[in-house]
Amino acid sequence: MTLSVRGLSVSSLVRDVSFEIGAGERVGLIGESGSGKSLTALAIMGLLPEELRASGSVSLGGRELLEMSEEDLSRLRGDELAMVFQEPMTALNPAMRIGRQVTEPGRIHGRRHRAEDLLTAVGLPGTARAYPHQLSGGQRQRVVLAMALANEPSLLICDEPTTALDVTVQAQILSLIKTSLPADSALLFITHDLAVVASVCERVLVMLDGEIVEAGSTREVLTQPKHEYTRKLLAASDLEARR
Amino acid sequence: MRNLVLGGILVGLVVLAALLSFLWTPFDPVKVDATHRLLGFGASHWFGTDKFGRDLLSQLMVGARTTLYVGVVAVGIAAVIGTPLGILAGMSPRWLGEFVMRVNDLVLAFPALLLAIMFGAVFGADTLTAMVAIGIATIPSFARIARSGTLQVMSTEFVLAARAGGRSKVNIALRHVLPNISGLLIVQASVSFAIAVLAEAALSFLGFGTRPPTPSWGRMLQESQELLTVQPRLALVPGIAIAVAVLGFNLLGDGLRDRLDPRLAARV
Repeated sequence: MTLSVRGLSVSSLVRDVSFEIGAGERVGLIGESGSGKSLTALAIMGLLPEELRASGSVSLGGRELLEMSEEDLSRLRGDELAMVFQEPMTALNPAMRIGRQVTEPGRIHGRRHRAEDLLTAVGLPGTARAYPHQLSGGQRQRVVLAMALANEPSLLICDEPTTALDVTVQAQILSLIKTSLPADSALLFITHDLAVVASVCERVLVMLDGEIVEAGSTREVLTQPKHEYTRKLLAASDLEARR
Repeated sequence: MRNLVLGGILVGLVVLAALLSFLWTPFDPVKVDATHRLLGFGASHWFGTDKFGRDLLSQLMVGARTTLYVGVVAVGIAAVIGTPLGILAGMSPRWLGEFVMRVNDLVLAFPALLLAIMFGAVFGADTLTAMVAIGIATIPSFARIARSGTLQVMSTEFVLAARAGGRSKVNIALRHVLPNISGLLIVQASVSFAIAVLAEAALSFLGFGTRPPTPSWGRMLQESQELLTVQPRLALVPGIAIAVAVLGFNLLGDGLRDRLDPRLAARV
């Protein structure tokens, strides 16, 4: 299924953003903090804060999401649309056992999953009875990922899923995302870490002050940046050093 | 853990006395016995007798029923109405939440005792009107606590994640908000319980609560006042009973909160 965003604006924080992600495509969205990356993601999910309104068009497989009722949207969320957030320490309900949390997206959308199967798939067998505070940050992010992937979403949005994790755990989560995302699922990967983009995404969008200033294949953008901001971003990162 | 055990023991003592009083009391708690007036602590009347010769221990045991009854019903009314109201106010659009809370403030501005006295004047003073009034007056405390807890929970990422997972508002309220504010509510319940017990005692003392001859700890206190200097025992016995019940419920509430929160439970 193709995600097509046309002229998306959120107040004046995101302006006239357009892009498309085809089935099976992995697309990165990079830019500094406050550039509107997360708002773009929340607008796609229909989860903007009360005081913000989105205009333009967001369609998934031909269905317009921005005009959809909350009820219809919540039927898509967690099923065809899934999202992984930045902070694994707060992304899980502290009062609910892992097993119950991980099977909930399935239960809500009328599917039965075994908690143990979902958790084993992300490398956490035997944790179903645990509470979130008993797991490490990396383990929690795996649980969040297991929840997001449980219903094999058509579109997975990851909003800086590795920013709060240390480098080795980061690598594990990234490879988990790459291997466990169904081949025909689209991925929108938000990050400010260029190395992460280089390792996960085929295509990349560069965002600055609420607008997309550059788009292209990852190789192109990272090796021959056209926009001055992208060049600055590259210069400021330690991408070369890590290669 | 110590709180839970100690609170459990104290509350258990009160509950046991109340339950036992249905089956057996040492003497008839309302039987006037002119030949045994104002006896001190002793072997046959353990806690002595009052100015009418009624056995104090028997009155205390039957009075425990009133105390529990009032506490449970008043807190029940307040929690059952106040909690959903607070959660609703915390989860709905801002204007609706504000509206609910301002109405709430209106009720909060009304002192519980005044409301109970008013209720007593209108519907007749007895235990039931007293506890309904105390319950209604306690609703705002629950609504406030529930709302502030809800606002806090609603701003967390796991609620955003729950919404991103397609969960409905009702599901989020029941499965995500309620369990995470239950600690606050339990503490509020234990505090409110203590306040309700004290309020019933105060109302009975003023003559707006439990009607004679039904024993109530508050009325026992009231009746003791004229003999306070000569027979302080008459005030001390129900006074200590009230203190034990209030302390017990507070400790129990604290202990339960620590127990029910999985993060704190690991430490206790």
